[in-house]
Formats: sequence, structure tokens, C-alpha cells
Amino acid sequence: MNTMNSSTPKWNLIIDIDRCNNCNNCVLAVKDEHVGNDFPGYAAPQPLHGHHWLEMKRAEHGQAPIVDIVNLPTLCNHCDDAPCVKVGQGAVKKRDDGIVLIDPQAARGRRDLVDACPYGAVWWNEELQLPQHWIFDAHLLDQGWKAPRCAQACPTEAIRAVKVSDAEMAALAAEQGLEVLKPELGTRPRVHYRNLKRFTHWVLAGSVVTLRDGVEECIEGAEVTLSHAGQVVARAVTDAFGEYRLRDLPNVARRYELQVGHRHRTAAGQDVNLVGSATLQALRLSPD
Amino acid sequence: PDGSRRFTQVTNGGPLFVYVKDGRILRVTPIEFDDAEDAPSWAMPARGQVFRPQRRANVAPHALAVKSTVYSDQRLLYPMKRVDFDPSQPPGQRNEANRGVSGYERISWEEALDIVAGEILRMKREHGPGAIATYHSSHHQWGNVGYYLSALMRFGNAIGVTRVALNPDSWEGWYWGAMHHLGNSFRLGSPTNYGTLQDCLEECELIIFWSSDPESQFGTYGGQDGGQRRLWGKQLGMQFVHINPHYCPTAGMMGGKWMPIRPGTDNALAIAIMQVWIAEDLYDRDFVARRTTGFDEWRAYVMGDSDGIPKTPEWQEAETGIPARDVRALARLWAKKKTYLAPGVRGSGLGGACRGANGTQWARAMILLMAMRGWGRPGVNFGNLQGGTPVDLHFYFPGYAEGGISGELNQTAAAANNYTRMPHLVSVNPVTQTIPRQRLPEAILEGQAEGYPLDPSSIEGQFRRTIYPAPGYSKVKMLYRYGGSSFGTIGESGRFVAMYQSPNLEFVVNQSIWDEGEAKFADIILPACTQFERDDIGEWGNAGGFGLHMQEQLNHRVIAMQHQCIEPLGESKSDYQIFWDICKRLGLGTYFSEGMTELDWCRRVFDSTDLPKHVSWRQFLKKGYFVVPPAPAGLRPPRDMQWYLDGRQKDVPEPYPLPGAYSSKYGEGLQTQTGKIEFVSSSLKRFDPESPDRPPLNRYIPAWESPHTEHGVNYPLQLITPHQRFSFHTMSDGKDSAIKDIRDHRVWKDGHFWWILRISPADAAARGIAHHDLVEVFNDRGTVICAADLTATLPAGVLHSFESCATYEPLGVPGESPDIGGCMNLLTPKRQQVAKTASTAAMTAQVQVRRWAGELPPER
Ligand SMILES: Nc1nc2c(c(=O)[nH]1)N[C@H]1C(S)=C(S)[C@@H](COP(=O)(O)OP(=O)(O)OC[C@H]3O[C@@H](n4cnc5c(=O)[nH]c(N)nc54)[C@H](O)[C@@H]3O)O[C@H]1N2
Ligand SMILES: Nc1nc2c(c(=O)[nH]1)N[C@H]1C(S)=C(S)[C@@H](COP(=O)(O)OP(=O)(O)OC[C@H]3O[C@@H](n4cnc5c(=O)[nH]c(N)nc54)[C@H](O)[C@@H]3O)O[C@H]1N2
Ligand code: SF4
Ligand code: SF4
Ligand code: SF4
Ligand SMILES: [Ca+2]
Ligand SMILES: [Ca+2]
Ligand SMILES: [Mo+4]
Repeated sequence: MNTMNSSTPKWNLIIDIDRCNNCNNCVLAVKDEHVGNDFPGYAAPQPLHGHHWLEMKRAEHGQAPIVDIVNLPTLCNHCDDAPCVKVGQGAVKKRDDGIVLIDPQAARGRRDLVDACPYGAVWWNEELQLPQHWIFDAHLLDQGWKAPRCAQACPTEAIRAVKVSDAEMAALAAEQGLEVLKPELGTRPRVHYRNLKRFTHWVLAGSVVTLRDGVEECIEGAEVTLSHAGQVVARAVTDAFGEYRLRDLPNVARRYELQVGHRHRTAAGQDVNLVGSATLQALRLSPD
Repeated sequence: PDGSRRFTQVTNGGPLFVYVKDGRILRVTPIEFDDAEDAPSWAMPARGQVFRPQRRANVAPHALAVKSTVYSDQRLLYPMKRVDFDPSQPPGQRNEANRGVSGYERISWEEALDIVAGEILRMKREHGPGAIATYHSSHHQWGNVGYYLSALMRFGNAIGVTRVALNPDSWEGWYWGAMHHLGNSFRLGSPTNYGTLQDCLEECELIIFWSSDPESQFGTYGGQDGGQRRLWGKQLGMQFVHINPHYCPTAGMMGGKWMPIRPGTDNALAIAIMQVWIAEDLYDRDFVARRTTGFDEWRAYVMGDSDGIPKTPEWQEAETGIPARDVRALARLWAKKKTYLAPGVRGSGLGGACRGANGTQWARAMILLMAMRGWGRPGVNFGNLQGGTPVDLHFYFPGYAEGGISGELNQTAAAANNYTRMPHLVSVNPVTQTIPRQRLPEAILEGQAEGYPLDPSSIEGQFRRTIYPAPGYSKVKMLYRYGGSSFGTIGESGRFVAMYQSPNLEFVVNQSIWDEGEAKFADIILPACTQFERDDIGEWGNAGGFGLHMQEQLNHRVIAMQHQCIEPLGESKSDYQIFWDICKRLGLGTYFSEGMTELDWCRRVFDSTDLPKHVSWRQFLKKGYFVVPPAPAGLRPPRDMQWYLDGRQKDVPEPYPLPGAYSSKYGEGLQTQTGKIEFVSSSLKRFDPESPDRPPLNRYIPAWESPHTEHGVNYPLQLITPHQRFSFHTMSDGKDSAIKDIRDHRVWKDGHFWWILRISPADAAARGIAHHDLVEVFNDRGTVICAADLTATLPAGVLHSFESCATYEPLGVPGESPDIGGCMNLLTPKRQQVAKTASTAAMTAQVQVRRWAGELPPER
């Protein structure tokens, strides 16, 4: 249970997925900090290979030639209601500043902690017989560093670290539309994502064309609507290449109706049975 | 507080703080600026906002992997001798054919240096001048003292060597092609970015990335300062188009329209765009009339008046795979919007497309496209927000191409600044014989080779034919290889195995940091240390020479002392020290060194620059770095080509072209014969008017290796091999580096980190290949085993894999068995793009793929 005062400033990470270019600076900064380095009381050395304390995940939406590539940096969420803390029985501690630490001494041999984490954020160090995770670079913050290494190394400021009270963080989250991973677990992560739906949700894309004087042309400004069970769930207007992207669709298989209209063309429609992100064949509108 | 000491360094990926504790590197981090001490940043107002760069130097990922490469288990720690190499035996009896096969034994530095010095003298006595060749690669650890253009050049001149000459591998199509329409020979035929950041942020509405992926190639040495600026462009609502067979990471980040063009067909697309502009009267007639020549002839070709084939969007569709409707839409959008054209990583040159069979055609087309758009108008220029920042270009600090301590006035840009500001002993190579790097195996094996030089001083420099052997010189009998990257970086690189195993090479010495690549083919190995183990001094991103002012891709100019952070590992030594030790044995010790340590040289470099006006040597040594204040408002360079558009004297701060190269009054017009952008090139007309593959008029000529040529019969897939993202060429790959764990760099499977082959789901399905299956990629030239990465970022028919792996690991006999190291260049052609050049076309290759059914290597 989290018994800390909610006005104490605590560490949080805010990751804006839309700013991430998948450069892996964050991944390498974490490796640079921890591989071969021992920080007693905080973390034992990370093995050279195989551990991804900060792990990049990739989502590809659609098919050539209309695709969305989205990258998701994931790491220990420093949950406020952390299963690892519960299972750890003292081997995992929650600090007053929100950081969760797996004690590199007390946790020796505790393979169960790997399974305790519902995020797959705990890595097993075979050589040291130790469960390990990303420690928010608590050892550096305690020395006065202003941010953990992954945030410092991120060139696009996709990762930012903030030390604020829980109330302030809640306000930030509401204001910026931040989400956390697997909120349904109730773990209350301290890693917050912006634009998370870009990763988790589906995209339906396509293009609209027509024949003009016998020549095939892209249609700009066509209005595309996607409906499910009579309800419009997404809208878009085609660009100069006649392309549209309907983003943030729920990630469940569904039957949709796609409608395309244009001032000077006859409207057309198509049923779409969506089972994942998809790119449709060009839809052809005929002149009025 | 943790007992560490903080040093500074500069790498190919940017400057670093290096924290050292107990004689070991603890960590490396980007440099965050100190608001109290460091110069302020510029601020750029545009469209009602003010844009300010982050207060730090953003590095490339490979910079953050350096610690793992310093402490790599592949470090060469002792001098070594091939076990069956006996220098007392005469050539022919030294088991030359076992190079690459036999193992090594540790020897002392005394013995190693005696053997090398002894062989140098024997070569001269027994064979005469020219018998010793030095061979280095294109890149190097950063710095002005230890660089190959510095210490190695001085050493080579001191002993007299045949140079293995580099081709303009980064520029190819620009150098051999675009230059003939634009001039700009000192830029190897590419345009510049001066002043374009302001213009682009203020005016630009559309950026066309054409073979351009700056979020992966980071501008060449530019770290990641550019990403923030590209996100400004996105925030301002600019539109983006990506013409690239691969939906690259830049496309992923910026979004926009992807045109997955078939590799090598870009010129057809470009010509069709111009056809729409002419047919629909959408081009800048005024610019074409005033600032270009030859347009009538060009129009006649484009419209089909001269050959009966109108080059319409429909005409290009079969070649490029791009629907005609998309080409029309692009041509019209381009004409409607103020547009930046962005070829290559810096938006102004390079680009994978310039390194394929049709590289010259593509780069030439880029210039012609801009000639129809009124290049230089507000919002109409080359660039992708990677360049044109208002850093102060007047502050002097040398770039590596200025030759450091070499004293070489012809092969480096020393004469322009460095030599006069830092007087040091001139050095001259008494041997003028050269071998083009791309032809080195043939030169050794067949005893002859032809080349065309990388000579930026004039357009015609590239027309001078060189032959090997040069009259009266000895053929090369001894190879002094510095580094060992060729298997990963040169077309049809399997050729190097036969070369190394040839008895024509009586002696091979390799001076390297890591036991990889060609190091395993030497008779004697000399272990060099990394830049963290010796002193140097350098400026981030400052190349000098034909990369003059490359720092304008950075938000801040950062100059740093490259401290020796730790003692050299094992018995390794700095390259400088190794050369010095050899020179001592030849009586050249003081001639080479001027009696100075590397730290002494750093001091001399420091004194030659503008740094002492701002900071003392002691302060600089202590703090480690200096941020150059941005250019004052009045001294920011104007955007390039506005002067040209207006018909004024050139007003951007580059001393190019040479005064004698103008055909108008000094400073007026371009370097071309007519002084204008030439739709039909006069220099190519003078050189070879009937050339079938590089005609003065840039016709579309289908590539000599494609799905439609004989290569496509058994090998239907087009493989592209762009520059790898997480390593700087071979420099961070292999070596048990941390980047091995990056999921998009290598894939761990069955006890091995496999190189990645990206493949479309359709091509994979047709071959029964699943994600991360091991596959063999092959053609007549070789076989490489990779892990397949099924990705929507490629269209069917095109494969993507990176060039420049560090390791060559043949499963059996070198040169004849599949490689599991990842040397995709085993599969690429050695042929040059067009005749009478020394160019690589390694971006082009037809291959086939199937699941690997053979045996796996034993687990490591
Ligand atoms: N298929 C394909 N091939 C390509 C390209 C492509 O696009 N596609 N691109 C081409 C281009 S543009 C380039 S620039 C080339 C690059 O190709 P190379 O220049 O061959 O590759 P590098 O990795 O830069 O080679 C540098 C070598 O020098 C060594 N070295 C570095 N610093 C030091 C030092 O301080 N001391 C010593 N002793 N050795 C050192 C390194 O270990 C390495 O062996 O690749 C080309 N090849
Ligand atoms: N991380 C990293 N950065 C580097 C380097 C590195 O090794 N690693 N190397 C540096 C060096 S030496 C250089 S020269 C520059 C090179 O910089 P560039 O030449 O700009 O980079 P490339 O990766 O060769 O090519 C860029 C893009 O061209 C695309 N492309 C390939 N073939 C074609 C084609 O036929 N048509 C079209 N339209 N596109 C095509 C590729 O998919 C790729 O996305 O990068 C520099 N920066
Ligand atoms: S993410 Fe996993 S390891 Fe981290 S605090 Fe939550 S439950 Fe524990
Ligand atoms: S450093 Fe930033 S931009 Fe790069 S991969 Fe990590 S989060 Fe993404
Ligand atoms: S002062 Fe010395 S270095 Fe300068 S020009 Fe005179 S002799 Fe040369
Ligand atoms: Ca994105
Ligand atoms: Ca020392
Ligand atoms: Mo290059």
C-alpha cells in the first residue's frame, strides 16, 4: 500500500511517443550506465548482452505504401501499487520519491520477482542470480542529477523526467492526455505516455482516386467517414495524394462501414472487416 | 561526488563527457551546457514564434556505445605475428596463401617494429619506389593530431608510399554527375545549406525527402541536433514527401506521403515530374530563361520531340513502380507550395541513390529539378532542416581535412589555413603512384588498374586518367593496412580474400584497434589504442576541406580537448607513437615528430586557432570544451543561391570556386563553362560527348543491374544497403558492442547476433520465411546469412540491409563460404556507375533469398 504523502515531490517519466525516432540513445545510455558498473545499494552490474532494462517496442500499422511506424520505449514503471513490492517482502522497496528499488543484496535468488512484474520489466541476471530492473538512475538523482540518463540522452525530448507531487502529476496527465500501460491492473505506474494510442490502437488508411479525361487522378478534399453500428467513429479528409489515415481505432476486430464523399463526385462506400491496422486499395470515385 | 573525474572527448557521433573512476571509464554522456559559463544559444523568430535549440549537444547512438567498444573483447592488446610467417624467409616462402586462415602468436614491440622497419627498407632496396602502399579507410576516430590525414599522412610521406586513393564514396553521383550541371567542384558537385534554416522555418511549406534519412545518418558527424529542428517543421504544419524504397525512420517520425520507388529508377520519376511542369506550364520560366542554358534541348527530350517518347507520368510508372497519378499530384503540389528539395542526409548531397548504378543520373536530376523551380527564391531551396543554422563560421578552428600535423600541402586542405597558422615541417611524398581503392584487389592480383582522381579543385580534375603501375615505379609488394573495414564497405568485397592470399604481396602489416575484418589477413598486427587512451583536440562535426562549414548542421559549435582518459589497454599504443617508433628505426624520428608528444601538438593546434582569444590553454585543458557564441545578427550567412537568382556577386562565406574557374567576372555566376546551371553539360561535351552512360544530356538510362537485366533472372530481388543507423560504418558494430542488443541492429538467435535483412511480408510469404528466420541472401558473388525482419516499410521486390558490418565470419574457407558476420557488400557489384570514373555502385544488387537450411555455427 502506498502510504506516502501525496504532496511529496516524486519522480515520474513522461514519454511522448510521437517525438520518438527510435534512435535508441535511451537504450544505450542505460547500458552505458549499468553494464560493468556496480552501484551498491542501488543496482548490481547489468550483463553486457540480453537485458533490456529499457526496451524498445515497434508497431507497424498498415501496408506499403501507407504505413505508420510507432516506437514505444518501455521500462520499469515504478508503480505505486507495485506487485513486485508485494511479492518482494522487503527485497523490493518503494522510496519516498516514488522510485522502486530491487535490493541487489536482499533479492538474490528471487527469480519469482521476474514473474511478479506484469510488465516484463524485471530481467534475470543468471550470473549474479539476481532480478534486475531500470532503477530510474536513483543513484544519480541522489547525487543531484536532474534527470535519469535516458532522458538526458534523448535528442527529441521524447522522454522527460519530472519531480512533482502526485496532485501536480495528475493535473499534468489530465492536461496532456497522458496514459499508462495496462491501467486495468491498478498498479499505478509512474511512467506516463503521450499519444499512446498511436501504438496500441489501429489505423485504417487508404486513398481515393478518380478518372478525369481518361487520366487517373488523386482526389484531394474527399471526406472519409468510418462508422460502426450506425455510429461515426472516425473522420478524415484526403490530402493532395488522395490519402487518408483514420487513427486511434479501437484494437478489437470489428465490422465498419467506410463512406467517401466529394463535392464533385458520386459518393462511394465499402464494408471493412477490420482485424488489425490495414491499408485499403485505392477507392475510385466516378464523376457526378 | 562518486569519486569520478570528468574528461571530454569528441567522436564521429558528437562530443562527450567521459567520467573516469579508478582508471576506468565509468560512463559517457552528452555535454549539457552550463548557463553561467557557456555561450548563449541563438534564437530564431519565424512565423510568429521564436525557436531556441536545446542547451546541449545531442549525440548519435553510436557515440553512446563507445565505452563498450573501448573495453571490447576484440581489442588487439599485443603485437602479433602470423604463426607461419617468417620474415627471414624469402617472399614466396612465407605461406602467403594462409593469410586469413592461420592463427597468430604474441611478439614483443621490439620484434614487431624491427620487422616492419626492416621490410620497409627491404622494399625500397629490392623493388624501388612505389613498392610500399598505405591503405586507410574513409573515416577515423575524431581529432586533428591522430587522424589519418594527419599522423598517417606524415608517416607515409616520410617513408614514400603508393597511396591507395579514396573515391568520393559519399558523394559519387554528385561528383561524377551533378557537378557537370552545377559546378561546385570543391563541394564535390553538391549544393550548400548556408542560411537556409531561417528561410525554411519562415517560408517553406513542403519538404521532399529524396533518398534522405537524416534521423538515421545524423548528417554525417552531426549527432542528433537536427531532429529537434525537423520537429519544429512538423509543428509549423509543413508537409512531407519521402521518395525512398524504404519507409525510413525519418519518414516514420515526420509522416507524410511515401513513394516507395524502385531503387535506381529515380531519374525516370524526376523527368516525368518535369514533363508535368512543362505540359502544364508550372515551372519558373523567368529563372530558366535568365539563369540556365540548354533548356530547349532538354525540353525536346522531356516532351519527346527529339526521340518520339513523351516522358509522362505513365511512361515512368513501369520503371519506378510509382502510380502516374501520384507523380502528377506531386508535380502540382511541388509547383503550388514553397518547397525544399532534400536529397541525401543533409538535404544537399549524399543520399543512397547517389551510390547506385544510376547514381550520377539521380544527382544530376536533383539539380535540374531545382533549376525549373527558381532555386533561391524564398522558401525554395535544398535542405531538410539539417543545415543552415546561424553558428559563427568566422571563428577559426581546423577541420580534419586540413591535415593536422601532416605538413602535406597537396592531399589535404592544409595550405588554406592550417599550415600558415601552425607552421610545421612540410612533408612531401616522393612517390606519385596511386591505386584507386575500389580497384586494389585487381591492382595486386592482375598487376594493373586504372583510375580517375578525387580532385576537387576543378570540374576537369576528375577527367585525368591515372594508371597503375605508374611509369617507372615498382608494383606494390608491401601493404601497410591501417584499419580493416573493406569486407563490410567495398563492392564485391570477397575480392579482398584472394588479394591478401596472393604471393604478389610479400608483406602485409595491419595497424588496427580491433581484431576484425582485414586484421585477420596480416603477417604482422600492430595494436593501436582508441582515442580515449591518447590526447587529441577537435571540433564536433568540423570536417574542413570539401566538408567546409559542416558545423552549420549543429545548433552550437563545440570545440573540445580530447583528453587521454585512461592508459592504453594492454600493450596497445597510439598510432602516432607507433609511427614515431618505426621512424626512429629509420633515422626519421625527429623529422616525423619534431620532438613533440601528442599533447604538445594539441597545444600547437590550440594556439593556431581563435580559441586563445577567449580561453587560456590551462582553462581549456581543465574545462575541456568551449561553446562558440552564435554569429551576431549581421554576420549570419544569407541563404545560398539568392545571390545567383538575383544575378549578384556570390555572398555566402565559402572561398569556392577558385578565382580562375569563373567564366564571368570573379564571384559572378557558377563554375560551369557558361556560368549558369546547364541543362546540357558543357564539361561532359568537352570530355566525352558520345558517352553512352554519362551523356551531356541526362537521359534516363535503365540501370545495368536490375530485375530487367540478366542479373534479375536468377536473382529477382533488389537489395539496397544504406548506411547503418546505430554504428558509424564499421566503427561501433561487432566488437561485442552494446549496439548488438539493439533490436533493429542485430538479432540474437541460436547463440549468435545475426545481421538483419528487411523483407516485405509478401516476399517473405512467397518464400515461406517467418519473422526472425535465418535466411541466406545470395547471388553469384557470395552468400550472407541474416535474420529476416518482416516489415511493412518495404514494398515487395525490394530488400533492405545495412552496409558496413565490422565482422567477416566465413563459415568455412574464406572467400568461398557463406558469411555470418553480415558483410552485405560481398553481394554488391565492383562495377563502377559509369565508365571513366572511379565510383562505387554498391547500393545496387540483385539477389535471391531463401531460408537457411545449412548447419549453424557452434555457439559462441
Ligand atoms: N553497399 C554500400 N557500401 C558502401 C556505402 C553504401 O552506401 N552502400 N557507403 C560507402 C561510404 S559513403 C563510405 S564513407 C564507406 C565507408 O567505408 P570505410 O571507410 O571502409 O569504413 P569505416 O568503418 O569508416 O573504416 C574505418 C576503419 O578505420 C579504422 N580506424 C578508425 N580509427 C582508427 C584509428 O584511430 N587508428 C587505426 N589504426 N584505425 C582506425 C576502423 O577500425 C575501420 O577499420 O562505405 C562505403 N560503402
Ligand atoms: N549512423 C550513421 N550515420 C552516418 C554514417 C553511418 O555509417 N552511420 N555514415 C556517414 C557517411 S560516411 C555518409 S556518406 C552519410 C550517407 O548519408 P546518405 O547517403 O544520405 O545515407 P544512405 O543511408 O546511404 O541513404 C539514404 C537513403 O537512401 C535510400 N535509398 C537507397 N537507394 C535508393 C534509390 O535508389 N532511390 C531512392 N530514392 N532512395 C534510395 C535509403 O533507403 C536510405 O534511406 O551518412 C553519414 N552518417
Ligand atoms: S513495472 Fe514491474 S518491476 Fe517496475 S515497479 Fe511495476 S511491477 Fe515492479
Ligand atoms: S532516445 Fe528518445 S527518441 Fe531516441 S529512441 Fe529513446 S525515446 Fe526515442
Ligand atoms: S613570422 Fe615566421 S611563420 Fe610567419 S611568415 Fe614570417 S617566417 Fe613565416
Ligand atoms: Ca511517428
Ligand atoms: Ca600516459
Ligand atoms: Mo561516406
